[in-house]
This record gives sequence, C-alpha cells and structure tokens, in this order.
Amino acid sequence: MTHALPGLHVPLVIELTILALAIFLGFEVISKVPAMLHTPLMSGTNFIHGIVIVGAILVLGVADDTTLKVVGFVAMVLATANVVGGWFVTDRMLEMFKRRPSPSTGPKKDETPKP
Amino acid sequence: MISNGNVIGLLYLVTIVCFILALRFLSSPKHARRGNWIGGVGMLIAVGTTLALKGIGNWWLIVVGGAIGAVVGVVGARKVKMTAMPQMVALFNGVGGGAAALVSFAEFHRFAPLPGKIGGTEVVSIVLSALIGSISFAGSLIAFAKLQELIGGRPIVFPGQNVVNGAIVAGAVAAGIAAIAGVQGQWVLVLLIVLALMFGVMFVLPIGGADMPVVISLLNAFTGLAASATGFVLSNTVLIVAGMLVGASGTLLTLLMGKAMNRSVTNVLFGAFGQIQAGTGAARVDDGRTARATTPEDVAVQLSFARKVVVVPGYGLAVAQAQHDVRQLAELLEEKGIDVAYAIHPVAGRMPGHMNVLLAEANVPYDQLKEMDEINPEFPQTDVALVIGANDVVNPAARSDPGSPIYGMPILDVDKAQSVVVMKRSMAPGFAGIDNDLFLEPQTTMLFGNAKDSIVKLIAAVKAL
Repeated sequence: MTHALPGLHVPLVIELTILALAIFLGFEVISKVPAMLHTPLMSGTNFIHGIVIVGAILVLGVADDTTLKVVGFVAMVLATANVVGGWFVTDRMLEMFKRRPSPSTGPKKDETPKP
Repeated sequence: MISNGNVIGLLYLVTIVCFILALRFLSSPKHARRGNWIGGVGMLIAVGTTLALKGIGNWWLIVVGGAIGAVVGVVGARKVKMTAMPQMVALFNGVGGGAAALVSFAEFHRFAPLPGKIGGTEVVSIVLSALIGSISFAGSLIAFAKLQELIGGRPIVFPGQNVVNGAIVAGAVAAGIAAIAGVQGQWVLVLLIVLALMFGVMFVLPIGGADMPVVISLLNAFTGLAASATGFVLSNTVLIVAGMLVGASGTLLTLLMGKAMNRSVTNVLFGAFGQIQAGTGAARVDDGRTARATTPEDVAVQLSFARKVVVVPGYGLAVAQAQHDVRQLAELLEEKGIDVAYAIHPVAGRMPGHMNVLLAEANVPYDQLKEMDEINPEFPQTDVALVIGANDVVNPAARSDPGSPIYGMPILDVDKAQSVVVMKRSMAPGFAGIDNDLFLEPQTTMLFGNAKDSIVKLIAAVKAL
C-alpha cells in the first residue's frame, strides 16, 4: 500500500524556490492595491486561502478509516464555506463600487428622438 | 482520471496565474470585479483537477460536505450587512485556518500507525500548518465574538498573563519539536493543536476593539501561511503559492494598519489599548477657549456659499446609518455646482478600507473617495470641512503635541480648511480618550446631536435656502 497522496510530487528545493518567488510577487502585487479596495482585498484573499479545499478533497478522497473520514469531512465543509462565501461576498462588495455617471453617458430619459 | 504529473502541474499553474491576475485586477475599482471572476475560474479549475485525480474516492462525503459548506457560504455572504464585514472576514479567516489544521492532522493520522515513517520535510510542515492554522482558527473566533459583541470589546487582562501565554507557547513548541524528533504518536499532534487553540484564544482576548483592524489583518496572514504550509505537507504548488500570496497581503495590511494607528504591531499585541494613555488627560492646559455650537441653518448657509466641501466620515457615521443621507446632502450641493469629496483615513471603520465599502454601498461614486495623501494638500483650498463621527484621525495634536499619545500618527489636516463643522453627539473625547483641540479652533463650529438627525435637518435647511 502506497502512502503518497494523488497529485503532484515536487522536490523540496523547487517548492522553496516557488515559495520565495511567491513572497516577492505577493508583496509587489498587493502594494498596488489602493486603500479604497482594502476590504475587498481582505475578503478576496479570504477566498484565495480557501484553496485549502484542494487539501480537504485529497485527504477526504483517500480516507480509509472513520477518524480520517470525520476529519476530512469537517475540513471539506469549512473549506467550501470559505471558498464560496469569500467569493460571493467579494463579488457583492465590488459590485457596489461605481463611478460617477459622466454627463454624456448619464440617464437618457429626457433625450428626445431625432426626427 | 488524471494521473500525468505534467497535466496536473499545468492545470494548477493556470489556477496560480488566475489568482495572481485576480489580485492584480484589484489595483483599480474599474476592473476589480472582473478580477474576482477570474479568481473564481481559477478555483474551479483547481477543484475540478483535484476531483479528477486518480485515486480519489468517498464521493458522497465530498459532495455532501461541499454542499453543506456551499450553502453556509452563500447564505452568509448574502445576508451579512456591510457594517458587519469585519466579523465576516474574521470568520472566513477562522474556517480557512481550521481547515488547514485539519488537513495536516489527517495527513499525520494516515502515517501515525507507522512511527518514524513521515519524512522530515513533511512532519515539519505538518507541525507548522497545525500550529498556525489552529492559532488562526481560535483567534479568529474570538475576534469574531468581540466584533459581534458576543463578548465585551474591552481588553481582557489578568495578572501573569504573559507568563501563562509563555508557558502555552513553550508547551506547543515542545510538542512540535517532539513530533519532528520522531515521537510520532497521535497524542503529540493533538496536544500541539490543543495548546495552539489555547494560545489563539489567549492572544486575541487582551486586544481591545479599537485594535481589531490590526488583528484581523494579522489573522488573515496567519491563515495564508497555514495554507502555504499545508501545500508543503501535500507537496502541492497551488497551495504553496496561493497561501503565500495571502500571507503577503495580510502582512502588508498589518504593517499599514499599525502605521496608520501610530502603533507598532508588537505594541498592539502585547500592550492592551487604554493603558498607554492613562494619565495624559490631566496634562491638558485649559486656555479658556471654548467650542462654539452652531445650527443646521447656519451650516446650510456656509455650505451653500462654498466652492469646495470635504466630508470627513468616521465610524460614527456608519453607526448612525447616515451614509445614505450624507450622499443625498452631497448630491444637493453638487447640483449647486459645489465640488464635494470624501476624505478617508486608513483606519476609518473597523477594518482596512471599511469606510470606502460603506460609502460605496450608499452609492457614493468611488472617484469622490480620496485617500489621505491625496486629499491633505487640498484642505487649504477647502471652504468647509464637514467632520461626521470622526475624532482622533483629525486631532492636530498628532502633528504638534509630542506629549500626546497619538503624536506622530498620520492625520487628515482638517484644521487647515477655511472653516470646519464638526458633527458630534457631545464634547466627550473619542475612542482613545484624548481631548481634541480642533474643536476649540476659531474656524471650527460644532453641530451637536445624532449624526443622522443632524444631516436630515441640514438637507432640509439647504433645500429651504
């Protein structure tokens, strides 16, 4: 019986290289987010750390005893709530951010049709 | 069934790119929403890929668990009020951290009957993920309870707190080292998780409500790091990168919030708020100046003759639910050809960027929302600054009085405006309990009363002119 989980198996050095690059990339990308959007940024990153759902699927998907099934199931519920809730709340918030309607594209109700 | 490592790796890479784009698109409200959709697609790809992996079973459990989680998530996301956003984010931090800790526990358990069979890297990452994830889970639940006012927002302190906390940390570290050293019985990890949960509770309990923006940001970073550590447990690139992106975001926001509140992060975590300003109230010199009260009618005249009005909203505005009325007032003034903008301090509200969301919800266009560095040079050309429910973030003592506890904190330079109208319930000092000289300046008048009532009266008075 093999004990490796399904999926990728990347050498540690490569993983550490990726981690180091992700740190710098993360700081670079996040520092470009304006303060105005910091709340959606937090809920958006909430959504992104919901990626632990991948881990939850893996451990639940190979669970072969009761403890593993229970632990994996709870992890699955938590991670899905995290992913789905995080995404919807971010979408709901970002939808509210609107520009001032400019006069040219404003309401057209009093525009008379041209003859 | 996917079993080819290259295919799996490529699909996860697509997810990683989608997540980075999602964050990149957040650089402007114009395309931020599209970014979130791209992130959503990335998540679907990752989930789909994982489900299709060879060797995945227990379908019913996966489907039922996913369905329960999805329903909870959707209902929560739809029902939550925008004022309650900080609690919501705290809760999501908690469930994410909890899931990460459970996944690493499950991995440990799989190997537990075979002591010494877990590779060095794997056991180190299991320990880290369980430790950080559990701290984040318990800490976030306490933060949630404080923000939701299930427990008092006041810092909870008791003698010997640091000794107790130190003992808990020492115990957790010892359990972690034991696990890494090869004591791979399950009880070791259970002990570690229990101690980490206790520490999570103990470390958030003493932190006051005013410091919550820093704490939520920090817990956000923790959950990201826990997810990243889980990535090392599972040898999974997408978890490593996505978790680290969140870790970077949370860290950056924590530092930003600390800076905007003029507190070092260590000070927030280890010095309960309310202790540092003890005794400063007595140092104030009474120079005989008094605040002048005004009426809605006078303010209406002042506003109508202005060319430029800057609204400075604080959390008091959201508490009074006056955002919609403020927007109405601003629209009235704009119809008169007056230039209206909103000056938003980084810590206005209960979490980073909170005030912007509250105003966007009230249909304030985002091009009117100005950050502190953008608006400060404009105050000298501002005819009327309308301060609504803000106090410490407009206190000039932060610039001029080295003895003040908020000295050095970046503030909105409201006192440089031609005239200032402060809407406030009474002369009581703000959250931090510090007197505000802005209220005594000659150009300042006070409009006392509930913010919502005052603005409604103000709207009527402007219309009557």
